[in-house]
Amino acid sequence: MRRVELVWGSAISIELRDPADVSVLDEVFEWFDLVDRLFSTWREDSEITRFANGQLEFDALDDNVVTVLELAEILRIDTNGAFDIRATAALPEPHGPGWCAIDPSGLVKGWAVERAAAMLERFGAVDFWIDAGGDVVTRGTAPTGKSWRIGIQHPWQRDVVAAIVSVGNGAVATSGRYERGEHVICPRTGEPSRGLASVTVVGDDLARADAYATAVMALGVDGLDWLANRDDIDAMVITDDEVVWTTPHFARWRVDSH
Amino acid sequence: MRRAVPTLVATLAGLGLLAGFRTSTGQAVAAGPTSATVPPPTAGATPPAGAPPSESSSTAPSTTAAGARRTVDGSDITNRYGDVQVRVTLQDSKIIDVQALALPNDRERSAEISDYAGPRLRQEALRAQSANIDLLSGATYTSESYQQSLQSALDKAGVR
Repeated sequence: MRRVELVWGSAISIELRDPADVSVLDEVFEWFDLVDRLFSTWREDSEITRFANGQLEFDALDDNVVTVLELAEILRIDTNGAFDIRATAALPEPHGPGWCAIDPSGLVKGWAVERAAAMLERFGAVDFWIDAGGDVVTRGTAPTGKSWRIGIQHPWQRDVVAAIVSVGNGAVATSGRYERGEHVICPRTGEPSRGLASVTVVGDDLARADAYATAVMALGVDGLDWLANRDDIDAMVITDDEVVWTTPHFARWRVDSH
Repeated sequence: MRRAVPTLVATLAGLGLLAGFRTSTGQAVAAGPTSATVPPPTAGATPPAGAPPSESSSTAPSTTAAGARRTVDGSDITNRYGDVQVRVTLQDSKIIDVQALALPNDRERSAEISDYAGPRLRQEALRAQSANIDLLSGATYTSESYQQSLQSALDKAGVR
């Protein structure tokens, strides 16, 4: 069964191969609504907005918000400061090299989708996937009996893919900007961090995969240096000039001939 | 030589040019004679038969010393990416090299990858393939752009 709903200004699709009660999916989408109420930076009454404005003390935060803030801090250290959800807030001092503004919503989304996958598994679901606006979690197998086949969007041709990966239990996150000339501005230097059209990371956790993809995207071409140091990250980068760079272990996910 | 030669195959193909140029890894990326209805270029295509093993003009093809080598400069074309001009080198009627004479500034700059990262990562040309997939990963689409997305089409096929 397939369900598509518009959540967080984006579309979330869920494919569930296992026979299941529709109420399972109702609960999952209710969870996504709760996440929106807690984390939406567009809502003045969300906990994250009130916390950022100083209207809500840390001790009063919902456990889910505390969990995400802690995860964000782990990933900030993990990415040498490239991924920093505080970058959108006014900070007295700039951070180290590569510090750029990053929208934290990707981390929240990745984390929330992983939680949703865990909910489905608790209901006994085995074979399913969740696609939240292009960030993906998969479990089990496709109807073919093999792992799910996930296309990586071609940056400039909407109806084709640039590569195909096969994932059983895992996550695929892609960060990108598909309109040429659209730049991510690094507030520290005031210069656009450009050169990359999209960054895809395959791994076992969507929150982490999304943070890595977002960090490399914001660093631009310099992000390739960072990736070259991380043999634990399986990534595929498409540059603005249409060259594809992959980390050595990315090949194990590929099912297209390359 | 820069580590990453800008991969102009798609652009060239779109311009109706014939392209076969070398990447820094020594593999040739070739696109066949094109027309307005050229299919998407593919990576890893074999170089044209008889192409010399090096892009150096001093390396003469072993088969012939009499073959006429000439270069042709293309028109300076402004497309949506900026100004593009190429120089095509032919051996007889066979294209053996294409050099970019003019590239949009930011494309040139974006091609630069450090000597540190280059050897540690793998390089390939961007491909466009339509294939049997279950779902799609891409940069976050909005509710509006979802309607035109490949994932939307997949969902329409999948919703039962």
